[in-house]
Amino acid sequence: MHYEQLGVTEGDFYNRNFEKGAREDTMILNLGPQHPATHGVLRVIVELDGEYVIRAEPVLGYLHRMHEKMGEVKTLSQFIPNTGRIDYGHALGWNWAFVGAVERLAGFEVPERAQYIRVITTEINRITSHLLWWGAFTLDLGAITPIMYAFDDREHLLDILQMPTGSRLTHSSFRIGGVCTDLSEKFIETVRDFIPKMRERLPMYRDLVTDNVILRKRLEGVGVMDADMCRRYGVTGPVARGSGLAYDVRQAEHFPIYEGLDWQVAVRTEGDSMARYLVRMDEMEQSLNIIEQALAALPAGPVLMKNAPKVLWKAPKGESYFAVEGARGKIGVHLVSNGGEFAYKVKLRSPCFSNLSAYAEAARGTILADAVAILGSLDLVIPEIDR
Amino acid sequence: MSMIRKVLEPIGDLWSLVVGLRITGRNFTRPQVTVHYPREQVPTDLTDSYRGPIALVPHPRDATKSKCTACMICVGACPSQCITVVKAPAPVITPEQEKTFQEAEARGEEVERPVAPREPVIWINDFSLCSLCGMCVEACPPRCLTFSHELNAVGTSRDAFLHNLLIPYPGSLKPTPEQVQKLQER
Ligand code: SF4
Ligand code: SF4
Repeated sequence: MHYEQLGVTEGDFYNRNFEKGAREDTMILNLGPQHPATHGVLRVIVELDGEYVIRAEPVLGYLHRMHEKMGEVKTLSQFIPNTGRIDYGHALGWNWAFVGAVERLAGFEVPERAQYIRVITTEINRITSHLLWWGAFTLDLGAITPIMYAFDDREHLLDILQMPTGSRLTHSSFRIGGVCTDLSEKFIETVRDFIPKMRERLPMYRDLVTDNVILRKRLEGVGVMDADMCRRYGVTGPVARGSGLAYDVRQAEHFPIYEGLDWQVAVRTEGDSMARYLVRMDEMEQSLNIIEQALAALPAGPVLMKNAPKVLWKAPKGESYFAVEGARGKIGVHLVSNGGEFAYKVKLRSPCFSNLSAYAEAARGTILADAVAILGSLDLVIPEIDR
Repeated sequence: MSMIRKVLEPIGDLWSLVVGLRITGRNFTRPQVTVHYPREQVPTDLTDSYRGPIALVPHPRDATKSKCTACMICVGACPSQCITVVKAPAPVITPEQEKTFQEAEARGEEVERPVAPREPVIWINDFSLCSLCGMCVEACPPRCLTFSHELNAVGTSRDAFLHNLLIPYPGSLKPTPEQVQKLQER
């Protein structure tokens, strides 16, 4: 029975259509859409018994921008700027997924140097994304200072990333068949300098936050998601890896450059919020390893293939799917082309969407403050969920 | 037993506080990393890779003109449809001129009829729509577009972001009143 059917007239559509629970003494509360604890405009309707969450139901769609539809009315290369705006945290992951799908469809061979540049910039972008999450997550938990440290490093990384991509947040520098700009000497030097500096910062993060007893007490054993639950909801990325699922697209799909580098997939088996936290901290270190090795092995050559598609290029008829390991999980692009300049359909698989669907189950029975901690530990980027 | 632990544990936990204070204290003595805009600006070596509003490149032989040939390829390449380019109009041929041309042609001479100059008269980028993606810059066949490094694009109205890219080029041809009117109607 929904509240509307019970004669309730206050509230909006979602409140009125919220299913009435079995109990009479509960309270319905809206977390968001404008709430400091929900990043962006996520709204969660929770049914509370005192401090305890009985039910939590996410409401989506506040940031729906029709990216999939726009893919049908823009030429394939014109859609690249859109992919940079789906997820502001890890824009290059989306860039890569889309151009990868087009390249797979057309059977293009990307020059090796361009592939290395993609790896390097995507990994830097992953670190910036994790730093953003780290700062915002600790903010969720009530610690104000860590975000200042995180943004100090992140700002430097964004400046570095600006050199090859031209922008600081909504990067759109990958092109069908390569990348748009080559890495400058200055970029390579700055990154080489930055890696040891960042390695020195990570122990400080550990001392300040990871080993902090308040953080540990708030995260350990909170929001346990087992591997089976992750599989049921299609959860990927650090969330799944925190539950013992060693699934990383970079490794599972045998990405050409990653194969040759020495790095590990960070996995934890506990499945609680702390495990997800630690996976991301480990991932930053692994990303640094990847960047360092990729920079050392960077081959010379062109960064854009010969005969790269021009403005009015028509993709061959067919379908393709390409997946990339984003900072939040598996980013997938399913492209259907009927042989025109425009795609017939662009399906964007958003990792956060699947990760968020597990939230309702994970938050059940926890106290409200823990529910916020679980939400933060999923590292949600709302624009990406709504697309 | 557990009672004693309950008392002792918080005391041990205080160590986290000491660690935190130590890190905070160390950072307190470090120089500030924030740049106090607008009293200070970020160093220019950080901004010269920044993609600002697009700009036209001057013509290699005549710096008062832009290099643009009004081929309209950038207009089609732009995903945001924020570029407006209007070509120079074809010159008007008066009936007398037409007569002399025809007479010359009748005599079997080569006639050079005046053609439209390959130049833009209007080149407007609606910066409020531009996504700074670089599609136009890469698509332009004569490579006559670049990104400027202008950081402080501020305006109080939407019209302030209708950038006329021909302003730095006083030698460019001027649009006819009809062309201006047609644009204003849009
Ligand atoms: S940078 Fe992109 S959006 Fe801006 S004018 Fe050029 S093509 Fe259009
Ligand atoms: S593509 Fe270049 S030459 Fe052609 S209209 Fe645009 S700016 Fe001018």
